[in-house]
Amino acid sequence: MTDTSVRLTTKKDWASDQEVRWCPGCGDYGILQAVQFLMPELGVAPENTVFVSGIGCSSRFPYYMNTYGVHGIHGRAPAIATGVAVARPDLDVWVITGDGDALSIGGNHFIHALRRNVNLTILMFNNRIYGLTKGQYSPTSEVGKVTKSTPMGSIDPPFNPLAVALGAEASFVARTHDLDRKHMIETFRAAHDHRGASFVEIFQNCNVFNDGAFDEVTGREHRPANLIDLKHGEPIRFGPDRERGVVMGSDGQLRIVDVAEVGEDAILVHDAHRVDPSLAFALARLSTDDHSPTPFGVFRSVERPDYGTEVGAQLAGAAAKKGPGDLSSLLRSNGTWQVTEQM
Amino acid sequence: MTDIVDRTGETEQIDSIVIRFAGDSGDGMQLTGDRFTSASAVFGNDLSTLPDYPAEIRAPAGTVNGVSSFQVHISDHDITTPGDAPTVLIAMNPAALKADLGRLSPGGTVILNIDTFDERNLEKAEYTSNPLEDGTLTGFKVIEVPMTSLTKDAAAPLGVKPRDADRSKNFFALGLVSFMYSRPIEATLDWIDERFAKNDLVRQSNRAAFMAGYHYGETTEEFGHRYIVKPAHLPPGEYTNITGNVALAWGLVAAAHLAKLPLTLGSYPITPASDILHELSKHKNFGVRTVQAEDEIAAAALAVGASFAGHLGITTTSGPGVALKSEATSLAVSLEVPFLLVDIQRGGPSTGLPTKTEAADLNIAMFGRHGEAPLPIVASYSPAHCFFAAIEAARIALKYRTPVILLSDGYLANGSEPWKLPDVDTLPDISVPFATEHNHVNADGSTEFWPYLRDPDTLARPWAIPGTPGMMHRVGGIEKQDGTGNINYSPANHEKMVHLRAAKVARIADDYAPTAVHGDADADVCVLGWGSTWAAIDAAVQRTRRRGQKVAWVHLMHLNPLPNDLGTILQGFRKVIVPELNLGQLCRIVRAEYLVDATAVTKVQGMPFTALEIEDAIERAQEELS
Ligand SMILES: Cc1ncc(C[n+]2csc(CCOP(=O)(O)OP(=O)(O)O)c2C)c(N)n1
Ligand code: SF4
Ligand SMILES: [Mg+2]
Repeated sequence: MTDTSVRLTTKKDWASDQEVRWCPGCGDYGILQAVQFLMPELGVAPENTVFVSGIGCSSRFPYYMNTYGVHGIHGRAPAIATGVAVARPDLDVWVITGDGDALSIGGNHFIHALRRNVNLTILMFNNRIYGLTKGQYSPTSEVGKVTKSTPMGSIDPPFNPLAVALGAEASFVARTHDLDRKHMIETFRAAHDHRGASFVEIFQNCNVFNDGAFDEVTGREHRPANLIDLKHGEPIRFGPDRERGVVMGSDGQLRIVDVAEVGEDAILVHDAHRVDPSLAFALARLSTDDHSPTPFGVFRSVERPDYGTEVGAQLAGAAAKKGPGDLSSLLRSNGTWQVTEQM
Repeated sequence: MTDIVDRTGETEQIDSIVIRFAGDSGDGMQLTGDRFTSASAVFGNDLSTLPDYPAEIRAPAGTVNGVSSFQVHISDHDITTPGDAPTVLIAMNPAALKADLGRLSPGGTVILNIDTFDERNLEKAEYTSNPLEDGTLTGFKVIEVPMTSLTKDAAAPLGVKPRDADRSKNFFALGLVSFMYSRPIEATLDWIDERFAKNDLVRQSNRAAFMAGYHYGETTEEFGHRYIVKPAHLPPGEYTNITGNVALAWGLVAAAHLAKLPLTLGSYPITPASDILHELSKHKNFGVRTVQAEDEIAAAALAVGASFAGHLGITTTSGPGVALKSEATSLAVSLEVPFLLVDIQRGGPSTGLPTKTEAADLNIAMFGRHGEAPLPIVASYSPAHCFFAAIEAARIALKYRTPVILLSDGYLANGSEPWKLPDVDTLPDISVPFATEHNHVNADGSTEFWPYLRDPDTLARPWAIPGTPGMMHRVGGIEKQDGTGNINYSPANHEKMVHLRAAKVARIADDYAPTAVHGDADADVCVLGWGSTWAAIDAAVQRTRRRGQKVAWVHLMHLNPLPNDLGTILQGFRKVIVPELNLGQLCRIVRAEYLVDATAVTKVQGMPFTALEIEDAIERAQEELS
């Protein structure tokens, strides 16, 4: 929510005095920078902003923001944040979570926050690993991944976080990555400005336990070939010369083609506002590995009533109908009788 | 219990009666019992009720497992228990007779719906021979009434199909008992009109059945005389009949009102706590927000979030739900935010006895968290007391910025009693100020807000809520430095914080009024009670003293921290007995705390103690000393 009466702030106003303690080279630094750069541009006040996190490397984030913050419990950030947002729809509430935090222990809270469309901006730092506990595989780790807890390779098929979010009826779903500050800022801004639950998956490099997990997509030299930048209303094209594109076959399947072969008009035009989520879902599943063309940007952004506002409306409706609560009449609402002296 | 006081004409006056309505779960016994209770309450009787129903929504019809009962004790004097043994049993089918005959007091009256005593139903109730013929009922007064057929006859002229009319037979029973015990009928007829307004045929059918039952009593020789239980000598005032769950919900609404805070409840349905969620959901005009969360973990976490944001955050649950809330409760201990966890105890472990009462969650309330995580525990002791216990729990949570566990149980939750309404203007102001100003001056003269700089008296930390300029701060479950609240893992700081959190909770006892010792302070034996055992202990202590024996009684509302004077009080008796609906959880604590000779009196049958059981225990303790 942009409030024009709010005083101007600078990046410095949003940084706390606490020393940042991630490993040198961790992708989390870039994300923190992007958020701190963005905040002054949003026209919001630090005192009206709350960062809520779970547990994990990523979840240390709130300590570094000069806002209100709760470093909660593993997986429960969406639930704690739901409490904040329901109680105080006037606040800007951000959730910082990791791939393990959001999709493993907190999977239930994650999907229900999205389903209810609680007014939260959820940033999920996906490093495809458990960072804080020193390198076990996570629900987004690829099959075959060798970690401390999977010496013979992981046999668990991973989640596709965007597909999970879309399946949970998320009204805003986007993806960005830790190497492109400008893209992060624009994605976070769109997520913030969306009323309701916004979910952003951030490809984040854990240089200690899963270094280079996204290199073949997000590395500077690979971006032209493998990073598809989705823009609402524009044909989905990519490649060094925008020579490749996405088409939808008559079977509904998305395919990557050479534009020259099918003609420009055949290329799918991205529509993030489509109420039906099937296109966003298909785009979310366009890439199933970490070395082929992968879409970024806003997959879906649709209007849906947000939970806190709806709760507030019911309260206002009840007060309008019954009048403000009166304790004395409440105690008498099931009928009373008098016992008099003579009895 | 049916001492005859007076006999005028055909109406016999009795001082109290315990009636048990029993039938199949589908027979509407809870509704019937509830309605009889309301009629008695309006008539001015003191009363106490005990609903007792199966865990399954629809256990096989006609079986003993499917029996649903409602016991009500009505009296012309002050009573606290739903009565030890019923004096009258209304059995709507053989299974009900089988399930509940054993509870009936010797010489009691059994009223049977004789239409259901056919071979098939006897078999379903696993009767190998017919109890009407085999001597099972010897010694009881048996009244056989063809309730099903009379109900059908009464409803037939209205055009009600016999199968549908069958559903009205509980109203026939209600009408009959209303006649027998001289209950006013107008209120019940009005209630039927209102309750079934949507379906006129059902409304008429129920009315017809009720009147048929009433007239059957009037005209049948079997009911030659009726009984009357005079209104009780309750202190003058305005009364309502209230169950523990409604009282507790209203207490939470009142607490938020008295604290001048909005209330946010996170809850996940579970018997017998769900009714609090239902009740609170009705009162949105009080600014009450209720969220039916995805699970108990979320429900508790959500309440912690709401508290951080400046609301009174509450979560309600039972049984296994309590275990799921342990993690968020520990977080609240560390964050030091006000938070209420309401536990309506039921039989456990696991699913246990979901619809039956027990008080075996004291251990989990005391100890069921990781790390050193002490918190205050408040226990309600009667249905109406749940209202005040809720306010007290909220007061402590707010003043000390701590999670509080409020214990009630299934018996209090569904049981009811007449409640003399308090004057709401006399309820305490429990509001606490939010912090809005910096509280620390740095060496260079600049100021800051330190979220863990404590009040020297209460050790509570300041509560600054989002939206307050200049007071931004971060809290978390990681150990933090006392004062600044910054992350701090140093050994000395952790030890200091553990002690500070414990000392804060210990100081709460300074707020309590001196502990009341009921009965004879110079007795040898003291009964130490908590929770819903109050009713049975009260009756047992009165009976013991009426017999000329001395006994003392202390009943605790605060289970942690325990009252400062409790040790000295208990040490003044030769013997302390602790009746508990568990295997001696409070008993173990007082033995450890005070080195007193305390003995547990235990019962874990999903039922409250009877007064007789406590009376016997007192007598045994006295005998042991002599
Ligand atoms: C209840 C509970 N179980 C386990 C843990 C241990 N734990 C802390 S963080 C974590 C996983 C973190 O992984 P992720 O969410 O991906 O965050 P990252 O560290 O990678 O940013 C685990 C298992 C915990 N803190 N609490
Ligand atoms: S372990 Fe990985 S994710 Fe965690 S701080 Fe270090 S580099 Fe970052
Ligand atoms: Mg991770």
